[in-house]
Amino acid sequence: MAYLLQIITKAYVMAEMEVRKLLHDPTELVTRAVQPILWLGIFGEALSKVRAIPTQGLTYLQFITPGILTQSVVFIAIFYGLSIIWERDMGVLQKFLVTPTPRLALVWGKMASSGVRGICQAVIIFLFALLLQIHLLLTPLSIMGTILIVILGAGFFTGLSMIIASIVKTRERFMGIGQVITLPLFFASNAIYPIAIMPTWLQVVATVNPLSYMVDGLRAILVTGRMTQLPQDLTILVVATFGISLISAYMYPRVAD
Amino acid sequence: MKQGIDMITVTNLSKQFKKITAVNNISFSVNRGEIFAFVGPNGAGKTTTIKMLITLIAPTSGDAVIDGCSITADAAEVRRVIGYVPQMISVDGTLTAEENLMLMARLYDIGRKDRRQRIDEVLTFLDLTQESHALVKNFSGGMIRKLEVGQAILHRPPVLFLDEPTSGLDPVARRNVWQHLLELRKQVRTTIFFTTHYMEEAEEVADRVAVMHLGNIAAIGTVDELRRQTKKENATLEDAFIYFTGTTMQEKGNLREIKRMRETERKLG
Repeated sequence: MAYLLQIITKAYVMAEMEVRKLLHDPTELVTRAVQPILWLGIFGEALSKVRAIPTQGLTYLQFITPGILTQSVVFIAIFYGLSIIWERDMGVLQKFLVTPTPRLALVWGKMASSGVRGICQAVIIFLFALLLQIHLLLTPLSIMGTILIVILGAGFFTGLSMIIASIVKTRERFMGIGQVITLPLFFASNAIYPIAIMPTWLQVVATVNPLSYMVDGLRAILVTGRMTQLPQDLTILVVATFGISLISAYMYPRVAD
Repeated sequence: MKQGIDMITVTNLSKQFKKITAVNNISFSVNRGEIFAFVGPNGAGKTTTIKMLITLIAPTSGDAVIDGCSITADAAEVRRVIGYVPQMISVDGTLTAEENLMLMARLYDIGRKDRRQRIDEVLTFLDLTQESHALVKNFSGGMIRKLEVGQAILHRPPVLFLDEPTSGLDPVARRNVWQHLLELRKQVRTTIFFTTHYMEEAEEVADRVAVMHLGNIAAIGTVDELRRQTKKENATLEDAFIYFTGTTMQEKGNLREIKRMRETERKLG
């Protein structure tokens, strides 16, 4: 129990420092806001006119808002591995690894830090959605649910990214792999169209893609209000994130070799 | 702190990377309160040795005991008794000096009550009190290095490892960093283990020097002992290095190491 408490405390320390960094220099938040705004403002607006995609009684903008939020969070998280390699090159990683901090706490700290950035994205997307008059269910409970799902999703993809970083070890290779996996992850999910309209093989991929469960959960909380699938979505995200954090804690120190 | 004279005892330590032997069966010891220099060109095995001693990588064979804790059996304990300053700039430029220190204080489990006092002590000791609330990205190279030393000594470790601590610093900043390190040794008898490729630095501050060459320790002793063995009048440590290794400091190093060193030098201005 004391060990678990130590892990949580130190992960919190790392996340708190991330918040301080963002407060000192928030320009990153502004630049990162551009992409989701373009997706919603251009892609979403354009496709909503076509009405080619069945959206279960929702407007297309309502349908894709949780998908764009997910994409935005995942894109930040998936490139966290790059920052690990950069930290290795700077000596920061080595310095953290020689403190008595458990490896799992360092991984959870990175996951939480990525979650903090994800939450900032969520705020920006909510504000833009209000501007576009996209009707979202914004209640204290739905906001708390969004925070939880964003942290879990960001955590999973940060963990995945740290595993990739520990295998490829160089910035150049990581950039290549990061670019190769991000768009397929996004398109092989229910972010911008329902799984039902996909070919069977892609449906299988989408079903094992954690991004789909993130979108599904956010869509239930923020748009439809239908919570029947939510326990399953959350369970899958919790199990997947916890599992990948263990693998990542095992592999992450290898980046420093 | 455990009793005994040796603070670091290295026994038959080796590290193999696939077909390359980076460190080949080295043994030596460092006394409590001693300043011990590990000299050698890039690629000699200095950084690999330090990485093993600070538990960053596991040795292929052999062991080392630091303040009574084995690096292979008690890695977690070793981490509590050491401080480490990496070669590259490892402080966070987007945080203030105080926040950088606070981060390490919390990662080293310094209690809430003591944190403030320790941070103030370290800032005063390193003459950084005036800059405590300034963002580190605006610091000079010497100030950055001092802050890194501060992060490494916050938890009052009996052993401090420094990997090329003054690489990239001008002579004035270098002297200033060492003044603080020497004062630290004087005040609390901290054992200082550092790697360097500046011979004059080792000559000036080290009590003993180990000359590392191709993964082996080519010679070990005080600067005077090493000089005498060259049987050359007015020999310098550089002469001793050439005598023991048959090469000069400038001949070794791979692309990554040279890139890293130049990057540090550029950033420290």
